[in-house]
Amino acid sequence: MLHRLCATITALALGGCSGPLSTLDTAGPAAASIATLWWAMLAGSAVLTLLVTALLAMAFIRRPRKVPGTSLWIGWLGVAMPSAILMLLLGFALGLGEQTIARPSTKTVTVEATAHQWYWHFRQPGATSAIETQNVLHIPAGRPVDVRISASDVIHSFWVPRLAGKMDAIPGHVNVLRIEASRPGEFEGQCAEFCGLDHTNHRFRVIAHDEAGWATFQLGERP
Amino acid sequence: MNALNRHRALTAIWGSPRGWRGTAASVNHSDIGRRFIIAAFAFFAIGGVLAMLIRAQLATPGSAFVGSEIYNQLFTMHGSIMMFLFAIPMFEGLALYLLPKMLGSRDMAFPRLSAYGWWCYLFGGTILIGSLAFGVAPDSGWFMYTPLSSKTYTPGINADVWLLGVTFVEISAIAAAIEITVSILKVRAPGMRLDRMPLLAWYLLITALMMIAAFPPLILGSILLEVERAFGWPFFDPDRGGSPLLWQHLFWLFGHPEVYIIFLPAAGVVSTVLPVMARTRILGYGWIVAALLALAFLSFGLWVHHMFTTGIPHMALGFFSAASALVAVPTALQIFAWIGTLWNGRPELKLPMLYLLGFFLIFVLGGLTGVMLAMVPFDWQAHDTHFVVAHLHYVLVGGFIFPMLAGAYYWLPHFTGRARVPKLGEAAFWLIFVGFNVTFFLMHLTGLLGMPRRIYTYSEEMGWTWLNLLSSVGSFVMAFGFAMFAIDVALQIFLSRRSRRNPWGSGTLEWATPIPASAYNFASQPRVEDRDPLAADPDLGLRLARGEGYLAEARHGRRETMAVDITTGAVDHVVVLPGNTSLPIITAALTGSFFLCLLFGFYWLALAPVAGVIALGWRWAWVLGWREDLGPVSIRPGETAPTHREAPGAPGWWGSVFLLVSDAALLGSLLFGYAFLWVVAPNWPPPELIGGGIPVGLMAGLAALAGAALTRRAASASKAGPASSASRAAAGAIGAQAVVIAGLMFVGITELPPPGSHAYAAICWALLTYAALHALLALLCAAFLRARIGSGHVSGSRRLEASVAQLFGDYAGAATLIVLLCVLAPAVMS
Ligand code: HEM
Ligand SMILES: [Cu+2]
Ligand SMILES: [Cu+2]
Repeated sequence: MLHRLCATITALALGGCSGPLSTLDTAGPAAASIATLWWAMLAGSAVLTLLVTALLAMAFIRRPRKVPGTSLWIGWLGVAMPSAILMLLLGFALGLGEQTIARPSTKTVTVEATAHQWYWHFRQPGATSAIETQNVLHIPAGRPVDVRISASDVIHSFWVPRLAGKMDAIPGHVNVLRIEASRPGEFEGQCAEFCGLDHTNHRFRVIAHDEAGWATFQLGERP
Repeated sequence: MNALNRHRALTAIWGSPRGWRGTAASVNHSDIGRRFIIAAFAFFAIGGVLAMLIRAQLATPGSAFVGSEIYNQLFTMHGSIMMFLFAIPMFEGLALYLLPKMLGSRDMAFPRLSAYGWWCYLFGGTILIGSLAFGVAPDSGWFMYTPLSSKTYTPGINADVWLLGVTFVEISAIAAAIEITVSILKVRAPGMRLDRMPLLAWYLLITALMMIAAFPPLILGSILLEVERAFGWPFFDPDRGGSPLLWQHLFWLFGHPEVYIIFLPAAGVVSTVLPVMARTRILGYGWIVAALLALAFLSFGLWVHHMFTTGIPHMALGFFSAASALVAVPTALQIFAWIGTLWNGRPELKLPMLYLLGFFLIFVLGGLTGVMLAMVPFDWQAHDTHFVVAHLHYVLVGGFIFPMLAGAYYWLPHFTGRARVPKLGEAAFWLIFVGFNVTFFLMHLTGLLGMPRRIYTYSEEMGWTWLNLLSSVGSFVMAFGFAMFAIDVALQIFLSRRSRRNPWGSGTLEWATPIPASAYNFASQPRVEDRDPLAADPDLGLRLARGEGYLAEARHGRRETMAVDITTGAVDHVVVLPGNTSLPIITAALTGSFFLCLLFGFYWLALAPVAGVIALGWRWAWVLGWREDLGPVSIRPGETAPTHREAPGAPGWWGSVFLLVSDAALLGSLLFGYAFLWVVAPNWPPPELIGGGIPVGLMAGLAALAGAALTRRAASASKAGPASSASRAAAGAIGAQAVVIAGLMFVGITELPPPGSHAYAAICWALLTYAALHALLALLCAAFLRARIGSGHVSGSRRLEASVAQLFGDYAGAATLIVLLCVLAPAVMS
């Protein structure tokens, strides 16, 4: 019985995490490792919150007790504990960041994304000539893709939450973001930096193809 | 003299006349502080109504309540009002009202400056709110990123309203910062060593020092952007060698310290109220002060964590990520020091304590999500989503509003002299607490499910519908709570019974004044031997009222208060403060008309108010001082001290020092911008560099040195030599500064490309203008000194004005040399 309840709650919780722009409903390695980081930090934070709440509550419970001195409060709880936790967390997060950033590899595909008020323009090499698309980005599934991001007018931000984190599109600068879809499918993208009147609808879609679909796309035909 | 007569005599000196004349002319810190608090609360209500409109719009998917044009104004104004017109002024008001009372003195160091700051705040805030009424409110978000906020993409005056209005209000922030710093350092009761100051004074001191360094980058950024918008100087335009990232750096160089500037005073309230609620003393006073210093220092090294997604190299991000995590340590230290204090004492669940518990729960969660966001990969996902909106409200509402509400209930008897109406406050607490958490706890999840911030609507498929509806419901519950708080306060002011003195049994000096406080705070100033003077001597208030302290004598209609040695608190001198005057309101009105001229594009007309402000500034300084030496005056039976114009290190001198520190931070930001553009901006190197100008530059540099030296000469000659030689030296300094100005302008006009052509030329012109303006300032100081020597206000013992003129002369000289070096460097190297 208890088991069933637990299972239902977990399912509900996970189901509640899905959605076209959900960072927790991951479909690519970068998004997946960041989601893991999130769940770990959530657990740690829950423990710390409980600790603080319990210590606070105990201050109000009247009973004779030995009161700990300054060294416990300030030395151990105030300095040593947070320092240790933060060091661990930082190491973990930095390592994760290093893995996620774009590194040279033979498998990568490079595409150019240029943000405009209010549409996205993509350009990438095809089998015969460059292929340009608007508001839809085609990528191969299972291969790292480097998106070279820029903007023509104001600052925007390229974000496909289910695949990876975001990267700003800044006029005059080019930023590179590595994304990867683990499996074929369609993933929603959203401009994440406020860019004026139609920021809300500054959306795009990423289509990750299987091998056959990718080959067709590169020939410039509609797959 | 008995206590009642002394009260009458002191009130005649320190009080403000009734009626609107009195209101316009009052410079009393209690008046000004109260006004700041009331106005800030009014702006909070306006910002709150905007928040309710935002939540109403987001409550349901596809809502047609407001369109995106209005929505953009709503959130921009909500954020800007809350940050600039509510949080900062609220703490300034609390500081202005409380500080002199907690420090055992009678007023702040620069009463007219407080009044000027107040009017600037009121007028600037009115301009901002007015724009909302006319539908031309700023709409580029509270951090106004360029190019969205530049002329091409925001052609209307919306962005100008923000840049000019906020800068106008920031004048009051800088004024308050200098005022608070000098008052804490110098204007305390005798015997109050630095380590005997109430902790709140430490918090406010460190906050004020942070403001002195942190506001200049924002002010500079706003000036540059406004100049770009008005005259086309392309600081931020990538096509002409500018960089949108420069704006972000300048903004967040201010913006991150800003959140600590908001949090620290509130934390100071916690450190003050919590030990009283637990009937004990704070644990780890020294540790807390050390933690604050660490926090202030670290908070200037974190700004890049707002820019993790702008493409900065990962290793650099790692550094800022580590620094951002590190800043959690001094914060944790304070949290556990507070909990330890509760364990040491016998805490009671009175209403302020209830708010403090709310603070603990909410702020700890906000701190934890802050650490999460400091982790670079997580921020790549959460940045610019509603997760951040949740985080920032947990920190701001938890870390500022809850402590401030605790403080409000704690100090209200002091303001009103009355006790609280029972029960209503508790009900308000629960509504605010529950409403807040319903609104914002769920918002973390909304953000993780991908809802970006600043979108005006969303569709059903996104899966955010329920979360948003609940958030909106929660926000209305919270709004009821705040309304109930306002009613509770009104009832306390108008209906409640009188409170006894020191109702909480506190140990700090503000409770030694009568409540509500008299205009002069203390009929005589205490000698402080303890960190909690009232705990050591509960009858202190009565003894002071009987005149058993310093400066018990009301004489010559002068507003007198003691100044002390910064560290030891030994008697230093007596400060004679200026009385009520309408100079501040007139100066603020002229300052306001300057900003209005710029706002409506009357650039030539704007010179008229500038001239007016200079003239008034002159008068402002002129009306003080004496033509004869006062000599030492009696401060207590058998003890004397000099007055401030006859003592070194007077508040005016320290105020000038901190003003120049702030000014140097502005110059530093400008130099940072110059270097940043060289290294990072696109389309560099510029097509055309400076052509030459080394001889003229050298001449201007020499003239700058001569200007500084001659001002020094005038100062020293006014001490010993004949007045005529001092006067001649001052005249020489005036001439030298005029040569500096001419030389700088000549270099710009003949050798630099036009400022609109490229960011290089624009920023060089900005540097030259900076130096020229400071030469002008030094020129005016020298002229003032000369006039005062002539009129007999400066003498061998009355040194204040000479020492201040010397400071400005030195600073202008140094600034000119640095600027010339930077501007001419390309010419020297080619
Ligand atoms: C009283 C209850 C409050 C509610 C219900 C509320 C609600 C909101 C909401 C929903 C947003 C996000 C708008 C969007 O991104 O589309 C927002 C933004 C913001 N709020 Fe509040 N808020 C409240 C109080 C405060 C307070 C007290 C402060 C500061 C002291 C504050 C500072 C901000 C800031 C700086 C922003 C960002 C604005 C921007 O994106 O430009 N808020 N608020
Ligand atoms: Cu966009
Ligand atoms: Cu920050």
